[in-house]
Amino acid sequence: MSPEIAFRHFHDQLQTLKERLLEMSARAEELIDLAVESLLTRDKEKADAVIGGDRELDMMELECENLAVSLLALQQPMGRDLRFIISAIKITSDLERVGDHAVNIAQSALRLIALHVEITPTPEIEDMARRARKMLAEALDAFIRADGALGREVCKADDAVDALHDSVFRILLTHMMADARTINPSLELLLVSRNLERVADLATNIGEDAVFLAEGKQIKHHFEEQQRERSVVPQPTG
Amino acid sequence: MTGTAGTSGLGTRDSAPSDQRAAPQSRVPSPQSPVVGPPSAHHPGTISAREFSFWYGPKQALFDVTMTIPARAVTALIGPSGCGKSTFLRSINRLNALIPGARHTGAIELDGEDVYGAGMNPGSLRQRVGMVFQRWNPFPKSIYDNVAYGPRINGSASRSRIDEIVEQSLRRAALWDEVKDRLRQSALGLSGGQQQRLCIARALANEPEVLLLDEPASALDPIATQKIEELLYELRAELTIVIVTHNMQQAARVSDHTAFFYLGRLVEVNETGQLFTAPREEQTEAYITGRFG
Repeated sequence: MSPEIAFRHFHDQLQTLKERLLEMSARAEELIDLAVESLLTRDKEKADAVIGGDRELDMMELECENLAVSLLALQQPMGRDLRFIISAIKITSDLERVGDHAVNIAQSALRLIALHVEITPTPEIEDMARRARKMLAEALDAFIRADGALGREVCKADDAVDALHDSVFRILLTHMMADARTINPSLELLLVSRNLERVADLATNIGEDAVFLAEGKQIKHHFEEQQRERSVVPQPTG
Repeated sequence: MTGTAGTSGLGTRDSAPSDQRAAPQSRVPSPQSPVVGPPSAHHPGTISAREFSFWYGPKQALFDVTMTIPARAVTALIGPSGCGKSTFLRSINRLNALIPGARHTGAIELDGEDVYGAGMNPGSLRQRVGMVFQRWNPFPKSIYDNVAYGPRINGSASRSRIDEIVEQSLRRAALWDEVKDRLRQSALGLSGGQQQRLCIARALANEPEVLLLDEPASALDPIATQKIEELLYELRAELTIVIVTHNMQQAARVSDHTAFFYLGRLVEVNETGQLFTAPREEQTEAYITGRFG
């Protein structure tokens, strides 16, 4: 194979990996939507559909991973291409976890249907789901377009979801203190809230990967801030 | 996998507190300075180029190259054909000065001494700065005589001392065990990889501070290449090594620092890990990802 053809082949495969990631992300977002809908409408069929749909996401993860590993082994990419493939492997794992969280929410929905107690803090859960889904979509968009600024925006948005999770906790605590019969459904809803909060965390991971791809910088674990603090040299006094 | 997400804790991401996980110190140089690596002035073999430009007759091959090559480390020079990397390498031991019409401006210093200075004898410079070429070039002599050649002409007259140097150099070049029983046989009977390591042993026999290698493994098979690369890894503890290579994977494997040349200019010099994962310059990124060159 001539170098030009090999190069084109490599870039065709990179493009395929990008497309697969986008498909996987779209499917993960759908599952989160469906899971939250099944919870809010107490719809057993939708909850079952989420549990079945997760299998498809698992298969997509394997496909993306195999493609990324073969690109690493056969093409020995460097620079931006290397950053893209390494991040893609992490992102497929994150998206697969999003599917797991959707399943957890659907399973909570099924248990809540059986409990017949209506105490759902609907506005907060809806808001969390909407924000987590938006973060996920924007994080993937930032990664595919190598947009570091958008990646950083996604990371910042995580704080609002964390705050909503705290709100849900306080609302449910009030219910539990007022009426012991709400303890079971409240714990179930707390799990739902926790799962949505984790989806936002996973979207944040993908936002961080977008920054790594675009700028070659690690921003996870507040690494950038730590480096900045370390680079401040104390000035002599007197 | 289904339904295994965590269910404990409130509203915070699972990251270690900052006081538990210390961030590693940055080793990335500032964009203003092309100098990389720890200060090594106390080790002999530090090379500094300052605004070094070079011409082959009317054609300018290097433009204002300024960089420091630290001692006791491997520095790889990469770039497309005609980018000036070999010219720069050969300028370090004044090999280019032998070409009619060649001239330069700026300076290259070895341990603070201008290699083009009036007081620098080219013979003793090339003793301090050894060189190995793409095509191995042993003398048509015995294995022993190839390695003993330098010490003999440098006046190490004692036979026992020369025996010692030959053994030591062949050991350092990881060739001793393969040739110790046939030292008096012709060097031309060795395999390509062995001949190349013999050339490295011949350079080491002069006890150089610097070893320059111009594509030393490009004509070798993968096993012989691996032996050369392992050898460079061993030698970097004692020598300044500068290697020109077209093979970016090789540069990534063997070097501590990498310098990227393009159209006669030094585009970027950086820690190798940094340069091949997240280079500073767009041109470097384009080259290492195969988008030009």
